[in-house]
Amino acid sequence: MKKLSARRRHPLAAVVVLLLALAATGGLYAAFAPASKAQADETAQSLAIDEGKKLYSVGCASCHGTGGQGTTDGPSLVGVGSAAVDFQVGTGRMPAQQPGAQVPKKKVIYNQAQIDQLAAYVASLGAGPIVPTKNDVNPQGADIAKGGDLFRTNCAQCHNFTGEGGALTNGKYAPSLEGVDPKHVYEAMQTGPQSMPSFPDTTMPAQQKRDIIAYIQTVNSAQAENPGGLKLGGLGPVSEGLFAWIFGLGALIAVAIWVAAHTAKAKKS
Amino acid sequence: MSTATDTQRKAPAGERVADWADGRLGIYSLAKANMRKIFPDHWSFMLGEIALYSFIIIILTGVYLTLFFHPSMNEVVYHGSYEPMQGIKMSQAYASTLDISFDVRGGLLVRQIHHWAALIFLAGMFVHMMRVFFTGAFRKPREINWLFGFLLFVLGMFTGFTGYSLPDDLLSGTGVRFTQGAILSMPIVGTYISMFLFGGEFPGHDFVARFYSIHILLLPGIMLGLLVAHLILVFYHKHTQFAGPGRTNKNVVGMPLLPVYMAKAGGFFFLVFGIIAIIAAIATINPIWNIGPYRPDQVSTGAQPDWYMGFAEGLIRVMPGWEINLWGHTLVLGVFIPLMAFGLVLAIIAVYPFIESWVTGDKREHHILDRPRNAPTRTAFGVAWITEYVIVFIGGGNDLWATHFHLSLNAISWFVRIFIFVGPVLAFIATRRICLGLQRRDKEKVLHGRESGIIKRLPHGEFVEIHEPLGPEQLHTLTAHEQYKPVELGPTVDENGVERKVSALQKLRARLSKGYYGEDNQIAKPTAEEYKEITSGHGHH
Amino acid sequence: MSSQEIPDENLPAEQGTAHGAVEVADDPFADPGLPAHKPRIQDIDERAAKRSERAIAFMFTLSMLATVGFIASYVIFPVDKIVYIWPFGHVSALNFSLGLTLGVALFAIGAGAVHWARTLMSDVEVADDRHAIEAEPEVKAKVMADFAAGAEESGFGRRKLIRNTMFGALALVPLSGVVLLRDLGPLPEKKLRNTLWAKGKQLINMNTMEPLRPEDVAVGSLTFAMPEGLTEEAEDFQNQIAKAALMIIRIEPDNIKDKREREWAHEGIVAFSKICTHVGCPISLYEQQTHHVLCPCHQSTFDLSDGARVIFGPAGHALPQLRIGVNSEGNLEALGDFEEPVGPAFWERG
Repeated sequence: MKKLSARRRHPLAAVVVLLLALAATGGLYAAFAPASKAQADETAQSLAIDEGKKLYSVGCASCHGTGGQGTTDGPSLVGVGSAAVDFQVGTGRMPAQQPGAQVPKKKVIYNQAQIDQLAAYVASLGAGPIVPTKNDVNPQGADIAKGGDLFRTNCAQCHNFTGEGGALTNGKYAPSLEGVDPKHVYEAMQTGPQSMPSFPDTTMPAQQKRDIIAYIQTVNSAQAENPGGLKLGGLGPVSEGLFAWIFGLGALIAVAIWVAAHTAKAKKS
Repeated sequence: MSTATDTQRKAPAGERVADWADGRLGIYSLAKANMRKIFPDHWSFMLGEIALYSFIIIILTGVYLTLFFHPSMNEVVYHGSYEPMQGIKMSQAYASTLDISFDVRGGLLVRQIHHWAALIFLAGMFVHMMRVFFTGAFRKPREINWLFGFLLFVLGMFTGFTGYSLPDDLLSGTGVRFTQGAILSMPIVGTYISMFLFGGEFPGHDFVARFYSIHILLLPGIMLGLLVAHLILVFYHKHTQFAGPGRTNKNVVGMPLLPVYMAKAGGFFFLVFGIIAIIAAIATINPIWNIGPYRPDQVSTGAQPDWYMGFAEGLIRVMPGWEINLWGHTLVLGVFIPLMAFGLVLAIIAVYPFIESWVTGDKREHHILDRPRNAPTRTAFGVAWITEYVIVFIGGGNDLWATHFHLSLNAISWFVRIFIFVGPVLAFIATRRICLGLQRRDKEKVLHGRESGIIKRLPHGEFVEIHEPLGPEQLHTLTAHEQYKPVELGPTVDENGVERKVSALQKLRARLSKGYYGEDNQIAKPTAEEYKEITSGHGHH
Repeated sequence: MSSQEIPDENLPAEQGTAHGAVEVADDPFADPGLPAHKPRIQDIDERAAKRSERAIAFMFTLSMLATVGFIASYVIFPVDKIVYIWPFGHVSALNFSLGLTLGVALFAIGAGAVHWARTLMSDVEVADDRHAIEAEPEVKAKVMADFAAGAEESGFGRRKLIRNTMFGALALVPLSGVVLLRDLGPLPEKKLRNTLWAKGKQLINMNTMEPLRPEDVAVGSLTFAMPEGLTEEAEDFQNQIAKAALMIIRIEPDNIKDKREREWAHEGIVAFSKICTHVGCPISLYEQQTHHVLCPCHQSTFDLSDGARVIFGPAGHALPQLRIGVNSEGNLEALGDFEEPVGPAFWERG
């Protein structure tokens, strides 16, 4: 151990650690990939990769390069993993329409089968986070309160208390999490799309991600309870202040006008 | 009045009670002056009542909340009925606020009424203050009452802020942290005040209990005293009124307190309470259960204070990060300047009545209100002040404007940084021009009559619009306002050739006076001669 | 100053007398006086008055019914009953019903009273005279004389010793109250300069409560850490975490522009204070592509790849960096406390 700590500032140490990290990621990939998938029919898998490659060269290669190595218009996709593809294409962010501060969520143009093929192809370029299974993102039985605490530590600073979203620098923003598929929430935490940092399993275990998803489902979904009434966007004091001025004071002034106005006089006819 | 010797008839019970009270309190003399007190009718005179009634609602609901709230920062683990907080560590203050919201029947309603009423209370005071400002109701003899009102507004802000901080939730805790950071920026005394206020380092275990006694006792106590004084003065001065037929500086025209205003003002209390209760039924305010308990290492985006502190928030957000390090000390201008600017902007509006009365040199009583257009410089100043307030306010919500209007947060900050200086100037110029335009239109109306919209063709083919002359009531109303002449410094050398000393202050006053009442800065109102010349002769165009 | 009085001719003529009192019959702008009172429908038509009466009685009755409804709601609805009501969403049945019934009960009383005042009570406008607030000269003279007599009798002006010592005593006595405030809190001393970090303290991941290892921290990820030994159960947890909260990211060492930052990092893993140097918000809106971190409270922006220097907003100086390394167990550890105070700047910071 002494030897190790003495050499930890060696110029090559970073490389060694990176290699270790890569190996660890690969190991995790192997460990977490469900056995059935790992033993999937080799031919089916390679077929998907081939199909994905075709789709890729039509829809993605112009920005990300023919082999996914990246160009000035788009980052390299080597090692981003299938989860990143499933998130980016599955939420309609990719393919991007125009350059801007941030690529927005829009209508999805590929079907799930095509997305899976694209993901298979990109995953074949280099190991990376894989698409979570149904079980990985199932909020059933997760600890909502723990999820809330984790959400406030890791997520709320950008996405707001209940995931309503918020502003970042120079026109970038953290999007609202309302109605986002739990799978995509999970993938975003895994891969860190665009400005968002990643929260890999090494620092935020899968169970905690499920807790967070369960919390979001509880406080920000169509079924979310707002015991006090209208949630006013869930944005806090700014929307409350606007409501108080426009509807509160507005209604009171309207009433005041009625109270103070002279009653209609009888017309002499 | 006494019926003590009147044995002919037995006085009714109510009268006997009144007699009893009169013998001890002198209520008949009091009622003689006040029972049929006249109040003029105008919707804008009721804005203050909105504030008054919300204050009463806040006190009523506040007392109820104290029955359930625990102002303690002792750590507890939550096991109440709100599932997403089960097992979370929090302060007792936060836990008891959750209990009020989820376990006390009607507790959530009272909490929401309390908070909505607080927002409306401050908004009501603000618009009431602006009404008084723009109509010149702050002039003699009401300057002191203006200051009382101003103090109520400022104290209301701090009462609101301390109340907002009590639940010890993540949002309000962030606000308290901001306050502590601002206190630290004060030169020399900052760290000491911070340590004393929080009982040591931030957040400590004391501030909720300390804010609690400030929020429920100290500040409301002072406010109640000021409020009573404010109302006594309103009664004593009698209400102002707008100019109009039969309305002079020496009378007040309206309807008597008993019965009309008893019913109208009393009824208005119930209307205000009713509307606030309905708002509390349908709209959530400060859902602390979504916000989470305060932890100094957690935060949410969109961290804003309640609206009345948004102005302070904006100042602090758009200030560049200036910091001076000299001789081992740090002058935190980036925080300290906004802190000072906050006080300064408020102080400017507070002292305005005294500045104006110094410029005019007017020592007479004023009970007839100005129409804002007839005091262009004052109106322009007021609009410039509001513009400043609103621009800074935009800065306070820059992150939400950014996300909701797809703008860059940095661009909004830069906009505010520039328009904090440019905006009021533009607003001043524009408002004054609009006021002068309206004055010209009034003059036009007085001299040429009202545009009837009827087009007439003259024999020689020309089309003219028929102007209907105004009735005597309107003629009087439109010409009743006062117009000052600008102060002249006079010759600097008197008749004996001795040079007279003119102080810089006098020069300033002459310049300000010219700015207020100089030739280009108000439109001379029509004279009787002008009117007669036009109406008697061929004045129809 | 104001002793330089403005001559009276600058002031406009007294309002109300300007036209009215001139009494020139042909002044077109003269005050025509209060217009004659015109009756309302209710004043001349008894049926209309009856209609008003019924409307007012209806409102008061409605209020009574609403109060009954309030009590009924209180009894009927369980406190945790949630119902869906368009367009308000899934709301508490109790809050909604109590608020609406209370609102209607109150509003109806007000509406009834105001309608009564507007339609049935007299609406004849009355003029009431104002009286000058300033006292008459005789009154003032009497008060001044009384005051002079009182002052003279007290000897206040003559016996200066008494007067001066009294002022002294009155000025000093509030000091007792000020002194009593001393124990509100301790003196600042060096409290704002130190945090719980010290050489050898491991970085504990705040999600897992396990020590962080370098291989856990991927490039582009964001993790928060607190010092080993601090627990959420600790009495002073809030005070400690307010200073010790740490934000851990990893940047390719080549992308770190600041030399000191690279040296204080461990293989590109950098640890910065999570507490904003502006007014102390926990800053952590980390944009992994640009390495900028934004404060959600006042939008100070720091460049974490360049010594966390301020690139936008009101913060006055960079975020303090914690020097970290790896201990013998392969866990990340601090190599000392922060070298400068964390959080907002203050006078003694230097």
